[in-house]
This record gives sequence, C-alpha cells and structure tokens, in this order.
Amino acid sequence: MKSLAELEAIRKATLSRINVRTEEKGETTRVVIGMATCGIAAGARPVMLAFMDEIQKRQLAHVTVSQTGCVGMCRLEPMVDVIVPGQEKVTYVHVKPDMVPRIVAEHVVNGRPVQEYTIGAAENA
Amino acid sequence: MKEIALHLLDIVQNSVKAGAAHVDIDFALDPDGTLHMRVRDDGCGMSPEFVERVRSPFVTTRTTRKVGLGIPLLMQNAMQSGGGVDIESELGKGTTITATFLTRSIDCLPLGDLASTMATIIMGSPDAPEFSLHCASPDGEMDFTTEQIRPALDGVSLAEPAVVQWIQESLQEEIEPILGGIMS
Repeated sequence: MKSLAELEAIRKATLSRINVRTEEKGETTRVVIGMATCGIAAGARPVMLAFMDEIQKRQLAHVTVSQTGCVGMCRLEPMVDVIVPGQEKVTYVHVKPDMVPRIVAEHVVNGRPVQEYTIGAAENA
Repeated sequence: MKEIALHLLDIVQNSVKAGAAHVDIDFALDPDGTLHMRVRDDGCGMSPEFVERVRSPFVTTRTTRKVGLGIPLLMQNAMQSGGGVDIESELGKGTTITATFLTRSIDCLPLGDLASTMATIIMGSPDAPEFSLHCASPDGEMDFTTEQIRPALDGVSLAEPAVVQWIQESLQEEIEPILGGIMS
C-alpha cells in the first residue's frame, strides 16, 4: 500500500482547506451525481471521479460532491445536478468526463451554467 | 454494465441501504480462471420469502417505481459466462451475495477498474459502513479496510477529493499484480 505517511500529509493539507471553508463562511456549492443502476451503466463512475479530480486540481474549498439514486429519467443518465447557493438548481444530462472541466470552470467557479449541456437544451433539441 | 467492477458498485448500494455497519468485499480468482465476487454485509437482511423473489426484475424496495435491475443484470452477466449468483440472507443478520464468473469464457465481462469502484463506493458513504476489500489469486493477495486508514486521517472525511484519489491510486497499485490478468 502507498504509505500512511502520505495520508498524514493529505490530512494536514485538507485541514487547512477546511479551516478556509469555515473561516470564510462561504456557502457550499453542491454537485450531486446519479449513481443508481442506470447511472452506473451509463458511465457515472468516471464522471464522479472527474469531478473529484477537477476539484482537487483547483483546490476548491466550497464544493461538495455527493451521490444520489435514480430520479426516474434513466435515458438521460449520467445526470449531474449543480446547486450554487442563491441560484436555481441546474441539471446536466448525458454528462461525460470531458465535459466536467468546463462545468467546473464556468458554473461551479464562475456561476454561469453551461446551457448547452443542460436538461433544457437536451429536451428542446 | 461493461465491467464486473461496475456491478460491484451497483450491488454494494443494497448493503449500504440495508444499514450495514460492515461491508466485506472479496475477490478470489482460482487457478482455473473462476472468479468469485462476494459481498457480505451485516445489514437488515431479507426474509426467506423476499430472497425467493429478489432475483425478479419486478421486485424492488424502492417506492418510486416497480422495477429494480441491479441483481437481474448481475445474474445475466454471471450466467452468460457460465457462472451464477448465490444469495444467502437472514433477517436481522445480513446478506451475502456471491457472483461467480468463468473468466476464460469469451462471454465473460472484464473485471474492469476495481480501484475506481472502491474509491467511488467509499466516497459515497464516507462515514459508515466500514468497507473492506480482499483480493486473492495464484499471483498473491491484498487487504484493505477503511478502518485501517481512519486513524491516520483523524477526523478528515474519506470523501475529501485528495483522500479519494489516494485510495484509488493505492488500490490500483495493489490490485494490478493480483488481478491484472482479468482487468481488461
């Protein structure tokens, strides 16, 4: 196994990030990924890891990633909800890992949803 | 599903929803290429009547819809390789589900990215249950438990991106020499 010492370093780095989170009292943006049978079969696992990777790269302190079950629109999976405090929830559909950096950069960081990836755009196409 | 590891990600959700405190995941590859994937939990378990019916796609515990495809899809892929699925359960004690795959069959799915599946499982339920992974093949064996890394993290969540990445990378390193032959 990779060394537990490495984990110790991760712990220290993470704790300072968590301190930033609580000191700034900024509200948290939530990213929620559908992880039921339908989502997994459609490719949700790499999407989830792509979000983790991007958040890690950019050292974003005010973002949490979580998983949810099936919301009943299996044909649109993988689906991702991005909930920025004070804004309406945005649902992205047919999400692929290569779409993740743009969603993080434009929406999570800058607050502008990527319209072309949203459920609205998919339903009107 | 395109990978055995994706089936694992899917059926482990059943153990989590069953309120398990421990979920033990075991992969054993025999010299003849038979792969046993076992998920054992100490969750709420199922009545004998429910175990009878649980293989049906029209049985599910969810209330939003009347279909549940997790176990039926796992059965389909196990049976397609010449293997099968065994379910043992007792109310109040827990459930053990074992899927057998004959990996030398041309119709057998690849194991796939087990390290990513484990990272995703743990990320999805960072506080409880405790997960363990044991892999064994004629090439060696490995053990991993979330209990063993919790002290080093001292309260930092297992869902922190840096921790998830560490889990994924360290498992990848350990699983590859043991089960690398059936991964893709």
